[in-house]
Amino acid sequence: MGEKVLMKGNEAFAEAVIRGGCRFYFGYPITPQSEIPEFMSRELPKRGGKFLQAESELGAVNMAYGCGAAGGRGFISSSSPGIALMQEGMSFLCGAEVPVTILNVSRGGPGIGSIQPGQADYNQVTRGGGNGDYKIPVFAPASIQEAVDILYEAPEIADKFRNPVMVLADGLMGQMMEPVLLPEPKPEITSADIPKVKPWAISGSEKGERSVVKSLRLQPEVLEAHVSHLFEKYAVMEKELERVECEGLEDAEVVFVAFGTMARLAREAMELLEADGIKAGLIRPISLWPYPYSAFEKLSGKTKVVVSVELSMGQMMQDIKLGVLGRCPVKLICRTGGMLPTSLEVVEKTKKILEEVR
Amino acid sequence: MAKKFQVVIDRERCKGCELCRSFCPKQLIEMDTQVNAKGYCPAKMTRSDECVGCTSCALVCPDCAIEIFAEEE
Amino acid sequence: MKPVFTVTKGMLPVSTSYCPGCTHGVAHRLIMETLDEMGLLGKALGVAPIGCSVVAHQFMNVDMCEAAHGRAPAVASGIRRVHPDKVVFTYQGDGDLASIGMGEIVHAAARGEKFSTFFINNGIYGMTGGQMAPTTLIGQRSTTSVDGRTREQAGMPLKISELLATLDGPAYIERVALDSPAHIRAAKKAIRKAFEVQLAGLGFSFVEILSTCPTNWGLTPPKAMEWLRENMIAYYPLGVYKDAEVK
Repeated sequence: MGEKVLMKGNEAFAEAVIRGGCRFYFGYPITPQSEIPEFMSRELPKRGGKFLQAESELGAVNMAYGCGAAGGRGFISSSSPGIALMQEGMSFLCGAEVPVTILNVSRGGPGIGSIQPGQADYNQVTRGGGNGDYKIPVFAPASIQEAVDILYEAPEIADKFRNPVMVLADGLMGQMMEPVLLPEPKPEITSADIPKVKPWAISGSEKGERSVVKSLRLQPEVLEAHVSHLFEKYAVMEKELERVECEGLEDAEVVFVAFGTMARLAREAMELLEADGIKAGLIRPISLWPYPYSAFEKLSGKTKVVVSVELSMGQMMQDIKLGVLGRCPVKLICRTGGMLPTSLEVVEKTKKILEEVR
Repeated sequence: MAKKFQVVIDRERCKGCELCRSFCPKQLIEMDTQVNAKGYCPAKMTRSDECVGCTSCALVCPDCAIEIFAEEE
Repeated sequence: MKPVFTVTKGMLPVSTSYCPGCTHGVAHRLIMETLDEMGLLGKALGVAPIGCSVVAHQFMNVDMCEAAHGRAPAVASGIRRVHPDKVVFTYQGDGDLASIGMGEIVHAAARGEKFSTFFINNGIYGMTGGQMAPTTLIGQRSTTSVDGRTREQAGMPLKISELLATLDGPAYIERVALDSPAHIRAAKKAIRKAFEVQLAGLGFSFVEILSTCPTNWGLTPPKAMEWLRENMIAYYPLGVYKDAEVK
């Protein structure tokens, strides 16, 4: 059985990944996630794992690629500008079909931006900053418990699809403390198991067949066939990995769309609006790719407007519009730069939006 | 009597770079005038009986195109 | 007939994609012959770079993966964590290792990573068509230094073996050349030593292999060998820069 403890977000994330079967961590310090490499440097050696502080985020993602190519379950974490540096590696991981678990505890941007919470990595993580046709599943939990559950599952998803998997948390979740139920540790895959469990991984040709892990395919027809294979895999991911939570869509006049900590704020605003006689609903995408477009089919005729509540200048709006498909107007309530709206602020702005669309 | 060596050159793997020819201390290797399937003029051994088995040709060959054998006494 | 020199089973029975006379083929063969003779082909895990030898895995008969440009030492560090009992090596050119991958190689060396790096220094970017490399010599012509590299415009070539030898992490560093049968024999000894140092757990081992690029140097393969001997060895002296005793 698992155990219930009060933990800081970043430490709970790290513990969850270890319990999920990851034994290798590669990282580089960056606020607001530095507790993760600190935790891993203390814990992994005690639990049969290896911790390695990389020379840069480029180093970290490529160490994780080597680890994954060799059949190990690797984990890397960083925050927005560090994730930007890792994009080269993410494209390689997808091209070479190497599983890795990635955590982005995001902060403000562009550039070095701020160290305060942000969601302005939406396009970076869902569209990818790396080159080529590739997709990475991205999960955006709204509580530490949900983050723990997803991170516990992520190494298995990554292995199943031979693809990196990303969890997007913001700085707020990394730094806050909440009670969490830690799941039972999964058994690790030892280096002796690798030739059997992952025959494609490089573990020495003495296993029987020679393994080559690569992303180069110089012949156009070969590369096209490989990319088609990747997209067949992504189509399965779209079916299996889409996750969303919907509340009160049946009779909502206004429907919020929000992920991560902003979903919690939107829920508070819903209650305040209800007290004022306004029915509000919520679509909370848990998977940002695959995006839960189908959730928008549940919008009722009573809904006059869909409002994105996010900590970016409306990066999620494009996906929302693809879900809404013109059924009603889509508006934005946002703060950026590390500023957080209050629930009252969201209520006030929602009322103004409703005046416009009524 | 001096030991006899046989130098076997894989015509099809050879790219005609002439390194073996230039490093043979006895200048026993020449380039063929007939091209191989890749379009290169491959190296060919002449006067095998003069080969001293130094393996210089095989050592400098970038294409693993040369193997050398010694006649059993 | 008794075999005197036969092709190692470490080299796959295919033609390489390298230009005629390119010494990549010699370096590949020496590494594979060594692993074969040490009985390590089945335990070896190699990392190919970006450059002409990105396809090294099509010719080397061992488990391999590709790395992004310059990142091979980081990739090998990850592989090493998973397989502490295997033999790990990277094969990298001068653009890959001495330019874009300088951060990765210096830190892997400083950490004393237990893998071996074979650094092919031919003073030019081969695959992209002959541009100036960090190791291009002063006066040497390239497509980005058509009148020859100058100190004023491009600075001085990097001496990687000497630079890495200033670190306390590496256990063994040697510079060898592939310009003659004698030097090729010496290069093979250095490659063997590098693997022995790794197997003994002594730390990072590094062999810089001065090589030719006849196509982009604009020389015939035999002339390229002479050019290497007369120009490269003068600037990049051969020898052991860091030694470890293998017991």
